[in-house]
Amino acid sequence: MGVMLEVKDLKVNYGVINALKGISFKVNRGEIVSLIGANGAGKTTTLHTITGLLDAESGSVSYHYGKEGKEQQAELTKVSGDKIVRMGLAHVPEGRRVFAELTVLQNLKLGAYTRSDKAEVEKTLEEVYERFPRLKERRVQKAGTLSGGEQQMLAMGRALMSHPDMIVMDEPSMGLSPLYVKEVFDIIKSINEKGTTVLLVEQNAKMALSISNRAYVLETGSITLEGKGEDLLNNEKVQKAYLGG
Amino acid sequence: MDKILTLLSNLVNGLQLGSVYAIIALGYTMVYGIAKMLNFAHGDIIMVGAYVVFLLFVGQGFNPLLALVISIAACTVMGILIEKIAYKPLRKAASPLAVLITAIGVSYFLQNSALLIFGSNSKTFSSIINLPSIKLAGGKITITAISLVTIITCIVIMIALTTFINKTKPGQAMLAVAEDKGAATLMGINVNKTISLTFAIGSGLAAVAGALYCSTYPILSPYTGAMPGIKAFVAAVFGGIGSIPGAFIGGLLLGIIEILAKYYISAQLSDAIVFGVLIVVLLVKPTGILGKKIQEKV
Repeated sequence: MGVMLEVKDLKVNYGVINALKGISFKVNRGEIVSLIGANGAGKTTTLHTITGLLDAESGSVSYHYGKEGKEQQAELTKVSGDKIVRMGLAHVPEGRRVFAELTVLQNLKLGAYTRSDKAEVEKTLEEVYERFPRLKERRVQKAGTLSGGEQQMLAMGRALMSHPDMIVMDEPSMGLSPLYVKEVFDIIKSINEKGTTVLLVEQNAKMALSISNRAYVLETGSITLEGKGEDLLNNEKVQKAYLGG
Repeated sequence: MDKILTLLSNLVNGLQLGSVYAIIALGYTMVYGIAKMLNFAHGDIIMVGAYVVFLLFVGQGFNPLLALVISIAACTVMGILIEKIAYKPLRKAASPLAVLITAIGVSYFLQNSALLIFGSNSKTFSSIINLPSIKLAGGKITITAISLVTIITCIVIMIALTTFINKTKPGQAMLAVAEDKGAATLMGINVNKTISLTFAIGSGLAAVAGALYCSTYPILSPYTGAMPGIKAFVAAVFGGIGSIPGAFIGGLLLGIIEILAKYYISAQLSDAIVFGVLIVVLLVKPTGILGKKIQEKV
């Protein structure tokens, strides 16, 4: 249960706006950790900085990867975005961002872009199809013709195709019907149970906290609260601000 | 009967000119699709490519194929350099006009550099294909070897490019970058390299187009690339900019329309007719023949 990802005093600016004002948190290997918070709190900014889509102003993102005995460490703020997925860190972006003009299968294959062993990729593809049977049914369909929920499945399947050690997920339940929301969280749990570490960003705080080992509350660029998932669920402040109670 | 034969031979000429437009339009449309910019210097790469072939083949007596290969290599490198030096620094500019205006600047830069190096006198190009013509229908239709070579080259390029894009990883990466650079990065795709590759392919194709164009219309000057460049841009828009089969179809149609208009209506008005057709197509179908509707799912 070593530390897998450690963010230290991370500051990110959008032009003149300080989107992140120096946040620190960590994710241990095997955990599900949630970042919860309102719109504009800096959740997506955090994830984008971790996976190299945004540049940090200062601070560090230290990532530990590789098999046991051969662990390596990388400072992600200094690694370009396209190399990060090669270190086993996949990102399911906000709004799903599937390649709408490409087929489901093409999308999944792009998820395995960094992998060269074709037989291994085929194996992962079968696993993804097993987890998401609807993707198999619709593999020749253009991704843009899928429903929102199916697109979310595709975005998750695509991330799994890189065979990641850790997945960051940005608002996977956004805009989905309650039935899909439950399915999405069940899937996140089962992905985690198979050994993948998960960093989750959610507005649906209740669902997120209920499956998380630990969680952090982000408010306008700063972390204001942290604790175990269940403790935060019962925290009065959290209940008032994020759980509608 | 003679009228039909004339029409047939005009169609062959139209296909030939259209093939050149299509090859150029492929470069336009790929760069637009992937880098989201109109590279108005694309036409001038044709001119540079033609000068390289001219210098080596006509000037130094190189084997024409070898001259063409060197010209392709030179244009490929130039395309990559132009993108790196002139366009890449502007990729995150607030207005897309910045890179558009830069492209026009690059176009003038290339034309004026050629003017300085080669002078304003036009040179007489010789065809890189030195094979006998084919005579059909008892000698009533003559198909020149360069016609045939141009059309076949265009078809081969089209098939090769489609296969490359659909069957290879770099090709799929191009499609991914065309749609969403951020998501492509998350897949592990190097967006800068993919854009470089696109410019490389487009510019290499422009060199091919330059040699084929000047083999048929053998007058080479620093402005040689401008007109076919702008026509190929029209062809790309006509077919649906961003679409590779669109560029192919748009190019062929444009060439045929131009040659037929020249022969049957008026040689002076043929360009006006070509652009008129574009306006009509865009009025009826603003996205071009194979253009995609822009739709986003929220």
